[in-house]
Order: sequence, then C-alpha cells, then structure tokens
Amino acid sequence: MQPHIQVKNLNVHYGRTHVLKDINLEILPQQITVIMGPSGCGKTTLLKTLNRFIELVDGTRVTGQILLDGQDIYSNDVDVTEVRKRIGLLAQRPQPLPMSIAANVAYGMQIHRMKSNRQEVRKSVQHYLEVAGLWEEVSHRLNDPATSLSTGQQQRLCLARGLAIEPEIILGDEPTSALDPISSQHIEKRLLTLKDTYTTIIVTHTLRQAKRLADQVIFMYLGEVIEAGPADAVFNHPKVERTQQYLAGLF
Amino acid sequence: MAAPALFSKPEQGRPQDGRPYKLSISLRNRLNNIAARVFWLITLIPVGLVIAITVALAVRSAPILQSHSLVELFTGTVWKPFGGQFGFLPFIAGTFWVTTIGVILAVPPCLLTAFYLSEYARPITRNIMKPLLDVLAAIPSVVYGVWGMLVIVPFVQKTFMPWMSSHFGFIPLFASNQPTGFSVISGGVILAVMIIPFIIAIIYEILKTVPQDLREASLGLGATRWETITLVIFPKILPGIIAAIVLGASRALGETMAVLMVVGNVPQIPTSIFDAAYPLPALIANNYGEMMSIPLFDAALLLAAFILLLIILTFNVIATLVLQRILGRRGK
Ligand SMILES: Nc1ncnc2c1ncn2[C@@H]1O[C@H](COP(=O)(O)OP(=O)(O)OP(=O)(O)O)[C@@H](O)[C@H]1O
Ligand SMILES: [Mg+2]
Repeated sequence: MQPHIQVKNLNVHYGRTHVLKDINLEILPQQITVIMGPSGCGKTTLLKTLNRFIELVDGTRVTGQILLDGQDIYSNDVDVTEVRKRIGLLAQRPQPLPMSIAANVAYGMQIHRMKSNRQEVRKSVQHYLEVAGLWEEVSHRLNDPATSLSTGQQQRLCLARGLAIEPEIILGDEPTSALDPISSQHIEKRLLTLKDTYTTIIVTHTLRQAKRLADQVIFMYLGEVIEAGPADAVFNHPKVERTQQYLAGLF
Repeated sequence: MAAPALFSKPEQGRPQDGRPYKLSISLRNRLNNIAARVFWLITLIPVGLVIAITVALAVRSAPILQSHSLVELFTGTVWKPFGGQFGFLPFIAGTFWVTTIGVILAVPPCLLTAFYLSEYARPITRNIMKPLLDVLAAIPSVVYGVWGMLVIVPFVQKTFMPWMSSHFGFIPLFASNQPTGFSVISGGVILAVMIIPFIIAIIYEILKTVPQDLREASLGLGATRWETITLVIFPKILPGIIAAIVLGASRALGETMAVLMVVGNVPQIPTSIFDAAYPLPALIANNYGEMMSIPLFDAALLLAAFILLLIILTFNVIATLVLQRILGRRGK
C-alpha cells in the first residue's frame, strides 16, 4: 500500500530544545494510526508539524520533509491554507467559533468557496452533522450559538466542521480526553466508521482506546519514535523494552 | 554539637528580646479586621470625591437654573454674559464636533495597529512598538497643543483647506468660511493623535484575551489570518472595541489644553470642519476666575463643568462596565 504521508528525517527545535529527533514514518491511508507515549514526548508537536501549526509558535525550527502524496508540505510553492484544508485537526478541547451551530459547519465551506449557493451549503451542513452523529440533537436549533452545546456535542460539532471542508486526513490530539465516557464513545464510533474514507492519526493516552481504534501504532519516547508497526504486533509482541514497560503500565 | 539555631526550640517560648513568638489568634484576627476596615475606607475616598465634586457643582450651578430654564440654556445659541444670555448650545456642539472628528480619525489606525501588533507582528516588533506607543500616551497635552499650532494649524490653513475647498467646497461640511487654520478639524486631528495610543492599548489588551485555541480552530480549517481576524476575532471582541472607543471618546471630550490652543475659541455652532469652535472645557479654562463680577457668570461656568462631568461619567461608566466583563474573562 502506498503511504499517504511520509515523514523523513524530521527534526523540530523549540528555541534550543530539541523536541523531535530524526523522525521517519509512513502513514497508511484508510487506517487509524495511533500515537502513544508518555507526556512530553512530542506527540502534540508531531501532529502540529503535520498541519503546519508548528509555525504559529515563535522560535521553532523544522528540518526534514513531510511528504503528502509525495509532495513536501513545507516546500515554498505549497500554500499553507491548502495543506490545512487537506489535513483537518480535532483539538483536545472543542473550540466552537463564536457563531451559530450551522455557521460553524458552514465556515470552512464558505472560506474555501466550496458551494455555489445557500441551498447546497444547507444540505452539506445537514450531511456533515449527520456524519458526526449530531444532527438529531441539533436539527431544531441550528441557529443557536455553538457555545450553547455540551462539551461532547461541541466536539462532534468540531468533527462535523472539520469534515465539511472535505479533508483527506483527520488528526486528533487526544480528542476525547475532555469528554465524558458516552461522548468519547460517540467520537470513537465516528472515527471507526470514517476510517475507510480518511487517513486518521490519533494521539491518545488511554491504552484501551488505542486498542479499540488502532490499525497502526507509533510509540514515542523523549522525542524519538521507538517502535512503529501494525497494532497487533506492537501490542502483543513489542520488540523494544520501553514499549513493553509502557504497555505494562510501568510509566 | 549544637543544632542550627533555626530549628532549636525556643526557651520558654520566647526569643531574646522578649517578644512572643506567636500572637494570639484573637489579636491576629483583630489586626486583620482593622486592616480590612482601613483599606475599605481608603478605597471609598475616590468614590467620595466623585460624589463631592458632583454635588458641589450641582449646588454652585443652581442659581442659573433658577433664573433660566433648562431648555433655554441648552438650546440657546447666544452667549452674552453681560446681557444675561447664557446659551450653551455652541459649546456643546463644539465639544461634540471636535470629539467626533477626533474619534473618526482615530478609529481606523487604532484598529489596524492593534490587530497588526497582536496578530501579525513578530515578537521583536511588538516589543519595540508597545513601549513606544505608551511613551506617546505620556506626552503632556500642552506639547501636543504647541505642535498643533506650529504644524497642524498652518497645514490646514495653507494646504488642506484650499485643496478641499477647490475640490469639495460645494459640500457645506467642507466649506471654508474663515481664513485661519484654527478650526474643528485641527482640534480633531490633535485629539485623534492623543487618544490613538490609549485606544490601541485597550484593544490590544482585549485581543490578548482571545484564546489561541480559537485562532487555531479557524486557521486549522484553512482560513487565512485575515479571514480569522475578520470572521472570528473581530465579531468576538466587537463589544470591547466599542467600549474602547467610547473610553477614548470620553478622554477626548474632557481634553482641554491641546484643543483650546487650536480650535479658535469662537462661540458659534460649526457647520464646516474648517469653522472655529469653542468646546466646553476650553470655555471653562479660559474664563473661570475672570469677570466673576458678572451676575450668574460663575454659576454658568460651573453648569458647563457639571454638564461635562455628567457626559464623561456616563461614557466612562458604561465603557468600564463592558471592559471589565471582557477583561475579567481572561484566564478562564
Ligand atoms: N511552545 C513551546 N516552547 C518550548 N517548548 C515546548 C513548547 N511546546 C512544547 N514544548 C516542549 O516540547 C516537548 C514536547 O511537547 P508536546 O506537547 O509535543 O508533548 P506531548 O507528547 O504532546 O505531551 P502530552 O502528552 O503531555 O500532551 C515537551 O518537552 C515540551 O515541554
Ligand atoms: Mg499533547
């Protein structure tokens, strides 16, 4: 299978701290890749390099390549908005835009001029709310402010909003860590149904969630990728001692 | 071996100088209560001052209200203290003309600068520009006044007014009815320059309360910085921007020295930006303490002060309440 994303010799510095060290990875399409590792090992940083959020932080230096379908997303002729349109991010805490529920979903479609008329926008809003499993709960109050939703609903709204710009890749940085168990389940279920259409990369701290979701696992430690491979292999027959210790809950 | 003094047990609970190690709980509580009460009293002083000033102005301006009706005072256009005619309309109109022009001129550069510093500028630019703006805010107003007389007034008279009247002179707003550059536009320009750093500082503070996550939510969907600013950040902080402008306006309303040096001080209702005017603060500053033998003159000037105080208080209170709500959200 042709990898969707290839990371080659990626190094990231925050000022003088060397945060990501010589990362080499291949992310496969139509699979869920789960990134695990202890706190501070660089998982968020890795995700941020994938949608070029890293450049929003002052004083960072990125070297190496990230190839999306063979094209380096850091090359000069690539438009950052185009990269972010193709790679959607589900943040740790849902962050609704200060506008109505419907407008949140329509926001991306409108800035990218993806629909030619209101009718189409409205149809897509409904479609993506359905995909995110939120439609039934909000169909009667689409014009309410998005902040009036519960946290779990807001996260599904963010999912709908992200999917509405028709990305190829979904990134999730601990997307369920701020949610209650039921809402987490909702999101997990959506991610599993969506994985045939998208390339999905999820950071998580919960081993059980990782086991439920993962097709591929990347295990990171102190800024390096220690072990990467199919979920079954990494979970059941970890080759590296650190991974074994982490899976055993030793740190 | 002797233990370190810090950890040694006090003999009989008393150090050398005889002061007890511990104050009794009740004494500590009593001290606390006294301190709280003293602080409370000190905090009350400014409130008391505002009330005292307001009451004093009201009392001292009462005589004129007994002999003249409010309608007469507020709609009268003739100011002849010797003849007992006290029409405040020219002064109120002058105040609002100068302030309005100042605010209109100030708002666009304020918005652009504040958004630039907060959303686009690199940290180094920001660290240089912010203190510079604060210095600008600290320049005494008389210095602005002198600069206005030396630069703005001649510029208006020799360059801006002739150009405007030859191109737009047919519009009453831009008609040149008098030859000097001492005009509401000169006053407005000075005011704009004076309140710009102040408004920028407030808007910048408000922008800092916008969570980074919100910017990222928009940018992450492929929005540009500009789209994020116009579609997300601006609507979110609009109430704060309005409050900042109102606060700036209330500064402009009360600004005295710099304005009175460049507006011409003619008690008339301006109809063009090149007309002279006579704002309320200038009226008070120029006249109070002189010609006090004229009956009711003193009361009239204090009524002017009273009106000014009420307008500014209202502006300030509303704006401050709005801003408190916004800035108070920070950190949550
Ligand atoms: N803006 C920053 N400036 C400097 N150092 C940073 C910055 N952000 C992160 N770091 C450092 O980079 C390292 C990796 O951080 P990162 O947030 O990627 O870790 P993480 O694996 O996501 O941790 P967690 O599981 O706690 O979310 C940490 O040592 C962190 O202190
Ligand atoms: Mg993280």
